[in-house]
Amino acid sequence: MSERATPTSKPADTDDAEGEKRDRKPVETGADSVVAALKNAGVEYLFGVQGGAIMPVYDALYEDEDLTHVTMAHEQGAAHAADAFGIVTGDPGVCMATSGPGATNLVTGLADASMDSDPVIALTGQVPTEFVGNDAFQETDTIGVTAPVTKASFFASDPDVVGDDVGTAWALANEGRQGPTLVDLPKDVTQGETDHEPGQPRTPDTYTPPERADETVVEAAAEVLANSERPVILAGGGVIKGEASAELRAFAYEYEIPVITTMPGIGSFPEDHDLSLEWAGMHGTGYANMAITNCDAMFAIGTRFDDRLTGGIESFAPDAEIIHCDIDPAEISKNVHADYPLIGDAAIVIEQVDAAMPGRPDVDEWCEQCQQWKTEYPMDYKTPDDEPLKPQYVVEKFDEATPADTIVTTGVGQHQMWACQYWTYTEPRTWVSSHGLGTMGYGLPAAIGAKIAAPDREVVCFDGDGSFLMTSQELSVAVREELDITVVVLNNEAVGMVRQWQDGFYEGRRMASEYPWIPQFDMLAEAFGARGFRIEEYDEVEETIAEARAYDGPSVIDVLIDPAENVYPMVASGGDNGLFALSEDQL
Amino acid sequence: MSGGLEGPAPEERMRPEGRRNSQGIRIDPEVEAEPNTRQAVLSAYVEHRPGVLAEISGLFSRRQFNIESLTVGPTVDENRARMTIVVEEPEPGIEQAKKQLEKLISVISVRELEPDAVQRELVLVKVNGEEPDKVQAITEMYDGQTLDAGPRTITVQLTGDEQKIDDALDAYRQFGIREIARTGYAALTRGEQTTAKENVRTAD
Repeated sequence: MSERATPTSKPADTDDAEGEKRDRKPVETGADSVVAALKNAGVEYLFGVQGGAIMPVYDALYEDEDLTHVTMAHEQGAAHAADAFGIVTGDPGVCMATSGPGATNLVTGLADASMDSDPVIALTGQVPTEFVGNDAFQETDTIGVTAPVTKASFFASDPDVVGDDVGTAWALANEGRQGPTLVDLPKDVTQGETDHEPGQPRTPDTYTPPERADETVVEAAAEVLANSERPVILAGGGVIKGEASAELRAFAYEYEIPVITTMPGIGSFPEDHDLSLEWAGMHGTGYANMAITNCDAMFAIGTRFDDRLTGGIESFAPDAEIIHCDIDPAEISKNVHADYPLIGDAAIVIEQVDAAMPGRPDVDEWCEQCQQWKTEYPMDYKTPDDEPLKPQYVVEKFDEATPADTIVTTGVGQHQMWACQYWTYTEPRTWVSSHGLGTMGYGLPAAIGAKIAAPDREVVCFDGDGSFLMTSQELSVAVREELDITVVVLNNEAVGMVRQWQDGFYEGRRMASEYPWIPQFDMLAEAFGARGFRIEEYDEVEETIAEARAYDGPSVIDVLIDPAENVYPMVASGGDNGLFALSEDQL
Repeated sequence: MSGGLEGPAPEERMRPEGRRNSQGIRIDPEVEAEPNTRQAVLSAYVEHRPGVLAEISGLFSRRQFNIESLTVGPTVDENRARMTIVVEEPEPGIEQAKKQLEKLISVISVRELEPDAVQRELVLVKVNGEEPDKVQAITEMYDGQTLDAGPRTITVQLTGDEQKIDDALDAYRQFGIREIARTGYAALTRGEQTTAKENVRTAD
């Protein structure tokens, strides 16, 4: 392997005692104030790409010893890395880009973070204020472009205030329902003189996220749950974002209520527990979809009832009284009518409901029914010797080989569904994926952000050949930063999910979905300076996984899987969850 | 195509009896009814800075809320503006529009005004001026004001609620209306009640 450039990461300062004020030079410019605000927020890592209008901010980082900047290959990668950093740590990830194309390249990542309520703050350079509106070089109306995909955005207009703008944006990304925020930084503002030391990050006084739910509704909801015969808990991403996994588990164990998660909710409840039905929705388990369809009471926590989860709304849990807990009042009755709206913080509301429970529901028969569905609709697959390798087998073997706190990232498509279905998640913040926006190419930059957020944990990215091709340039970053991550490309030489839909709903007319021209990914990896592996047969799987894991640095395993393999169960778009297809002839 | 799992086929499975309507509300199949569309006047108290109007109009367009009119102007607090928005939606849509507005960081508070709220719209009408006396008679009848009168056109100003303005416009139609500019509603609650207020965090 060729000699590498020196990593830009600085060695972690291990003896930095907590609470000790970090040294920092006095603020002289708007850019210094931006850096000071980031430090006040406790930021340690920045993911970004340099460029003309953001140069003053980068210059302010030149002699800084606390903030580590990771140069990404593309701004989209910077946004996804910051997003994954935010998912793994719970604190906002920071991405930076210059004006114009730098800012527009961030947009996909911000939209992704917005859909999944991931905490991200974006700092974008902007042309000097006097040029704004003149179509100057690399000028884009960044606020205008990003407003629909951010929780809040700010146009900095004063060197004395810009640091506080950054603090406010960071606090807003972090508090209440998390999400992406942005500060647009005109060059004259960051270059402008100021000695203003920004304060601690703080949301505006008018921002008041709810905490406790209305006690009357809590009591009524508890009454419904206690008297139900077929209750389920639907745990969404808000359980993880709200750090409520422990409360959720205690509640479910206490009342023996089966738990279904949404995809972003994966990890909130241990999938190896008897009460877990894993996840419901388009490609969720048969047993989760049976239970969600036939339940008579649903305690839904931190979910926005996405259409991929509900299927057709007319047939979604049609017998269920719905108790919906969310920190965002706008999610209540947006897609599914909430009979008992509980607006508040997930952890607090679960404890409120627990305290109000007048008794325990009689669930023996229902739990037995759920167990029976597990037997009737097993997630089994066949591995015939005369057929090419099944992707499910690779996912399962990787799961067996790795510790429970391993972080899995993915792209979007069939491989993502197999990574969901055949890996057993037991801990929050171990599943890092793109749900709402469905962003192909998310996996590799997310693995980079996740590894930097959790250097002591193993990180594996399951990717598809189509997804990997969208952001594979970020491999250069993983090599330069010496990140020990493994990318497993489940390669079927196609955008497989599209091909699956074409076969199922477009009479097999495979327009633009097959990739017979794709590169050999193991060789591509070597060209980047990573290790490349290739798997074609069953007997190579375990050995290659062991080799890739043993290699101390980024590795890519190109796995040639059965190109004909499709994802089941499947609920057709807008269909009835209870009528999930187990094979193509049932679609 | 390979793949596929074992298990009872869809038609062999346990099925619930119920259904929901398109709003996700559980319904009795015997009395299935879609909610009626109605008009609501929302008053939003917002930050007075550039971009807020774009943010709010963008919200209405991307969430496909049907907006009848929107007015905006400063308030007694120079840092705050008031927007009066008339939306026409079925019940869940009005509630959703309100909540989505409230969610914007630059929106301080939102209130739906009661039908008895003080609501006024201003309209400027430019009509053909061949019969000035008759135009003047109608203007007086509707408590309007003549702002500009020339040999060919007369421009008048009228204020009132939607019904009154619609009636007046009907009356002017006989002369030939050349142009109309309507402001949309400005509205405040009746009596001492505050229309939309500053909702500030008290303890820190």
